[in-house]
Amino acid sequence: MAKYDVDEVKLRQLEEYIDSIEQKEGALIGVLYKAQEIFGYLPKDVQLFIARKLGIFAAKVYGVATFYSYFTMEPRGKHVINVCMGTACFVKGADKILEEIKKELDIKDGNMSKDGLFTVDTLRCVGACGLAPVVMVDGKVYGRVKVEEVKGILDEYRE
Amino acid sequence: MPLRMELLVCGGTGCQASNSSRVLEVLREGIQEANLQEEVRVLMTGCFGFCEKGPIVKVMPDNIFYVEVDEESARKIVREHVIKGRIVEEKIYKEPETEERLPEQSSIPFYKKQIRIALRNCGKIDPENINEYIASDGYMALARVLTEMTPEEVIDAVKRSGLRGRGGGGFPTGLKWEATRKSKSDVKYIICNADEGDPGAFMDRSILEGDPHSVLEGMAIAGYAIGAQFGYIYVRAEYPLAIHRLRIAISQAREMGLLGKNILGTNFSFDVEIKIGAGAFICGEETALINSIEGGRGEPTVKPPYPAQVGLWKKPTNINNVETFANVPPIILNGAEWFSSIGTEKSKGTKVFALAGKVNNVGLVEVPMGITLREIIYDLGGGIKGGKKFKAVQTGGPSGGCIPAEHLDTPIDYDTLNALGSMMGSGGMIVMDEDDCMVNIAKFYLEFSCDESCGRCTACRVGNKRMLEILNKITEGKGEMEDLEMLKELAETVKDSSLCGLGQTSPNPVLSTMKFFYDEYLAHVKDKSCPAGVCTELLKYYIIPEKCVGCTACAKVCPVNVIHGEPRKVHVIDREGCIKCGECYRTCRFGAITRK
Repeated sequence: MAKYDVDEVKLRQLEEYIDSIEQKEGALIGVLYKAQEIFGYLPKDVQLFIARKLGIFAAKVYGVATFYSYFTMEPRGKHVINVCMGTACFVKGADKILEEIKKELDIKDGNMSKDGLFTVDTLRCVGACGLAPVVMVDGKVYGRVKVEEVKGILDEYRE
Repeated sequence: MPLRMELLVCGGTGCQASNSSRVLEVLREGIQEANLQEEVRVLMTGCFGFCEKGPIVKVMPDNIFYVEVDEESARKIVREHVIKGRIVEEKIYKEPETEERLPEQSSIPFYKKQIRIALRNCGKIDPENINEYIASDGYMALARVLTEMTPEEVIDAVKRSGLRGRGGGGFPTGLKWEATRKSKSDVKYIICNADEGDPGAFMDRSILEGDPHSVLEGMAIAGYAIGAQFGYIYVRAEYPLAIHRLRIAISQAREMGLLGKNILGTNFSFDVEIKIGAGAFICGEETALINSIEGGRGEPTVKPPYPAQVGLWKKPTNINNVETFANVPPIILNGAEWFSSIGTEKSKGTKVFALAGKVNNVGLVEVPMGITLREIIYDLGGGIKGGKKFKAVQTGGPSGGCIPAEHLDTPIDYDTLNALGSMMGSGGMIVMDEDDCMVNIAKFYLEFSCDESCGRCTACRVGNKRMLEILNKITEGKGEMEDLEMLKELAETVKDSSLCGLGQTSPNPVLSTMKFFYDEYLAHVKDKSCPAGVCTELLKYYIIPEKCVGCTACAKVCPVNVIHGEPRKVHVIDREGCIKCGECYRTCRFGAITRK
């Protein structure tokens, strides 16, 4: 096997998953999901590995990985904060919440805090418009968030 | 002990975020303690739709509707209502105007004008238990179709019902089925489009969470009608609860022989698999969705050929939206004539809308086609929050437009909304008040379309970007009159020369706001002011001399020291150096600072 600059154990785990798929045609997105679950993101070498395993061009893997907003090629923080930027949240001031989170975490460039604890992202409508504005931390939904509550929410994850 | 009472707890995403799972536990604990578990049952249902007042708990057969239930009131409901039969008054919905308590769901104004067909079981049954669906006539339509009707008769019934695609386009469902039926192929597919990407829309999510079997049954009926053996549900990754409930529903249906080989002992076989999207709005477009299921980039392709001829894996494929499928079983059971008796001449049946934004009762409503916007916003929605003035209602998400007050009495259906420069879309309905800047709203939607454009067509990829740049210029106070003309011309070009629905409709928010709120654009461009006070760079801060007490608080927080004045004397802002940060505005306790 060619040498890949990533964690060997994790790569083995991914290989087992790919080997277990019967219908390899059309499986790419599912494989990328699994890879991101294992590695936390999609490093270049993992994409290369997937391309060779599935017998498709690396360009196709890269093309798909960059097309969908779910996939990321940057390492992510331990906790992922998502601020909903759907219309209902937007008209209720989601941008101010996002600003406050970034201020609180001292994030100026990019979207990860320096200690690697948090990644801040936005997403398009979680469908909880009745609770706008909405913030999600690791899948837990916080509704009707006020700027003054941001610190308290982040503190829950800081221990 | 026979069962004497059921407590239905809303398990929709909205109520769960307000802790309804904990309410459910507390209710169960209380009933356990009172040793009533034999006669009182607590179950989690799908969304009741009244998200504004969640968590909701409904007590049956007493038909009492409790709102905003927390742990403490849950204990009280057990103590008072369940054990002693006394209603917990303070948790009954209070009509804001008359202050009257309305204990019955159907008497609450929010529910009064609703006709629930697609949402018929949401908030009534336990979505994780197939027997409850079956007890509500579930899978009866499938049984009738398989044993009493030919595929042609099924298609004919759907055609006569007048059902049109609920995903946005409004294409007649029966015609779509017929086209796919007529395509000759040994393998055909059914796809359920559950990639509900419009910001501010959550109808499909609620159906999938609250009544997943209705969608599976609709898909199986469609499969029988067009001759497909297999179906996919393409659902957004952002909807984990919907995915979870669908998985349970599929496995239960398989166990019961309602999916899989030889359904109900007939020679019809049909199975369903879930495909999870990876976050691309464009995948709501049917050809893009097909590319995504095949594992590629979700870019649309040229039509024709239509998916009905060449679809998934090059086989004939029929794609319908979640709500469309949920409408199918009642049409079969109650007849095409029943369905077509509801609605307007060209739009039959009901439509589910996700009512959100600056309206008192945020939530999910299912109303007959032809109802007016005013009825939805004021009668069901309870009017505008905080007594503010209505400005516009946005329908159809990034593909739709903003409708102003003068058109509030338009009876809404697919065609009237199109005529207003908006569209039905999937059913998002966002209410905006006087504090919303329409130029900023147009910018918001355009940012969305720029992000989500797949980049294939130049007009959409570059045109939307150029339009966004112009809007940025305008909201920063650097706009000129030529920009407005340019904006309009670009919008029309993008509409005319894009391949798919995204590009063809992405200029709608700009065009409709320019049509109905041109004065706001002019104010930004000519007077360099934002009438709603939203566009920060255009704001000017003033101190109202009559209200200023000279407490010096504003001067202290001003980061650039441009507020001057002696203690206990009226202060003044020197606007020359003001950076418009708004700190003084937020700090003043006397309401003496204003901005326009």
